[in-house]
Amino acid sequence: MTSPTTSPTRIDDRFQALAKEGRPGLVTFITAGDPDGATSLAILKALPGAGADVIELGVPFTDPMADGPAIQAAGLRALRAGQTLAKTLGMVKAFREGDATTPIVLMGYFNPIYVYGVDRFLADAKAAGVDGLIVVDLPPEEDDELCLPALAAGIDFIRLATPTTDDRRLPAVLKHTAGFVYYVSITGITGSATPDADAVGTAVKRIKGHTALPVAVGFGVKTPEQAAAIAKGADAVVVGSALVETVRASLDSHGKATAETVPAVEQLARALADAVRAVRR
Amino acid sequence: MNAPNSFRTGPDERGHFGIHGGRFVAETLMPLILELEKAYEAARADPAFQAEMDGYLTHYVGRPSPLYYAERLTEHLRDVARKAGKDGGAKIYFKREELNHTGSHKVNNVLGQIMLARRMGKHRIIAETGAGQHGVATATLCARFGLKCVVYMGAVDVERQKPNVFRMKMLGAEVVPVQSGSKTLKDAMNEALRDWVTNVHDTFYCIGTVAGPHPYPGMVRDFQSIIGRETREQIMEAEGRLPDSLIAAVGGGSNAMGLFHPFLDDPTVEMFGVEAAGHGIASGQHAASITGGKPGVLHGNRTYLLMDGDGQIAEAHSISAGLDYPGIGPEHSWLNDIGRVTYITCTDAEALAAFQVCSKLEGIIPALECAHALGKVLELATERPQDHLMVMNLSGRGDKDIFTVAEHLGAQI
Repeated sequence: MTSPTTSPTRIDDRFQALAKEGRPGLVTFITAGDPDGATSLAILKALPGAGADVIELGVPFTDPMADGPAIQAAGLRALRAGQTLAKTLGMVKAFREGDATTPIVLMGYFNPIYVYGVDRFLADAKAAGVDGLIVVDLPPEEDDELCLPALAAGIDFIRLATPTTDDRRLPAVLKHTAGFVYYVSITGITGSATPDADAVGTAVKRIKGHTALPVAVGFGVKTPEQAAAIAKGADAVVVGSALVETVRASLDSHGKATAETVPAVEQLARALADAVRAVRR
Repeated sequence: MNAPNSFRTGPDERGHFGIHGGRFVAETLMPLILELEKAYEAARADPAFQAEMDGYLTHYVGRPSPLYYAERLTEHLRDVARKAGKDGGAKIYFKREELNHTGSHKVNNVLGQIMLARRMGKHRIIAETGAGQHGVATATLCARFGLKCVVYMGAVDVERQKPNVFRMKMLGAEVVPVQSGSKTLKDAMNEALRDWVTNVHDTFYCIGTVAGPHPYPGMVRDFQSIIGRETREQIMEAEGRLPDSLIAAVGGGSNAMGLFHPFLDDPTVEMFGVEAAGHGIASGQHAASITGGKPGVLHGNRTYLLMDGDGQIAEAHSISAGLDYPGIGPEHSWLNDIGRVTYITCTDAEALAAFQVCSKLEGIIPALECAHALGKVLELATERPQDHLMVMNLSGRGDKDIFTVAEHLGAQI
């Protein structure tokens, strides 16, 4: 199961290992720099030990059109604390010093990358140890912008497939997708409606009819029970808003991190991982 | 740069105007946007669609809108020129879009999109609004055709445009105050996009300006181009020749595109788009995306945006809620890049002064949006000869703005 990039990435290696173990994976999402750079890095470092198989690191943006209130608020907390794309790449670099295997996928919107400069960004991201990109506002129709240059640079471009992506459109969506396919389980924004596990299982089968890539499912998965139910029909399950909401709930009245912040996120990640790891495929 | 044979053929099949435009949207919306593009192409080629729209434009909107010779303003500016020892003072015409039903040019576009939504079988209409003019126009046509209407409006704008909020409610629309981000137009657009992503099956997103993902910029321009087509006929009738210059305020830029587009291939017609300079470009508190911004990607298109060095979108400022947006339609960005249209700026203070001049000399209270164009007419007209024909788009009426203006003038209402 290799992607069209030049050589297997950490993402390919991780999903192959999961397949060998015969279990689905847990993908955890946190927003880079939330609630501040140091705490966010501590959370990032704690996630693999808590059982995260793949980490999605949200790149904060002022206008996150596809995100619900929890991730919107996390992005604004990070921006207020001074987070930038350059600092996010610095976080990945710091993480890589202690972890050479856990895949990191940056997830966000195109404008910060466009303003940073696509070529410079890809070079810096590769050097920092970024394995994949999910850019919400770059559909296949805009592949020239970032997707093709990213693949050429050895970084996976992970595409979202949604309930509105019908069989006619699916091949175009999958064409340059690498690493894994992210199936958005609902029509809506992150952290809103709860997906129906049976419907998701059917959708994943449909996607697998078109690709050999692993399929991860996200948007609206909040609890360990839901994660396990979704994981039964997928290669991995993505949890984001619930973790980000745990960060928020741990903050003091000034919005600053407390001694509870890192352990609280770690605890939820572990509970999610335990539930997902119990699923056999 | 090579000049194209025509400036009127854009966008290309991928929605680009030069480097600007495009379709930068989430995958969930992509099938909807492709469906919309197809439906619009079919409608455009259908004479029945155009005939039905023409009927409503005449009998419901009240078109054509007059092209009015602003005689007292013209005389006033000739006086000003004379006192400065010059013999300038262009002949000024107003294209009276404020006389349309609902009080602005917005209705031209909304009518087109609502008729398209009906053709597509969509019964729920969503819209974003800044000043409330687009929201009122959308609520009006939804009332007329019995469609459900939800209007997203920044909480800050809900506060400063209360009369329009009440109008929308009277028309049966649900007005949702948006509390996220800077609580103005850009956030209203984010929220409308979130609604659309969630309610893909029954909902039509009626965008109010020449921005957003392809096909919106070109489609909204087409619906607004009736402004320029009428102007062309009317000035030929009144003066027997084309105008020498056109001028219009630019927020997203739909009233300006509507006026400019039919004249883009007439090289003798000079064009000015007026951006809102707020407290002045140097203050950093303005809404002049071309003058003070850089190309970036937001709300489905690449275009000039106000943002910081990290690509985070800046909050715009203008006394006019309708211009208070950190971006601009992609076709304007292209027209700027190729030099076909000149983009200039007008401050809050200049717009306020022009608002008063127009009210007193012409008996027309203009919207604060087009008062920005007027502010530059006062300058440009005195520098041009008396046989120069200048047409300004008087895109909306100012009744909605009297509270804002009173506050700035220190008057109690």
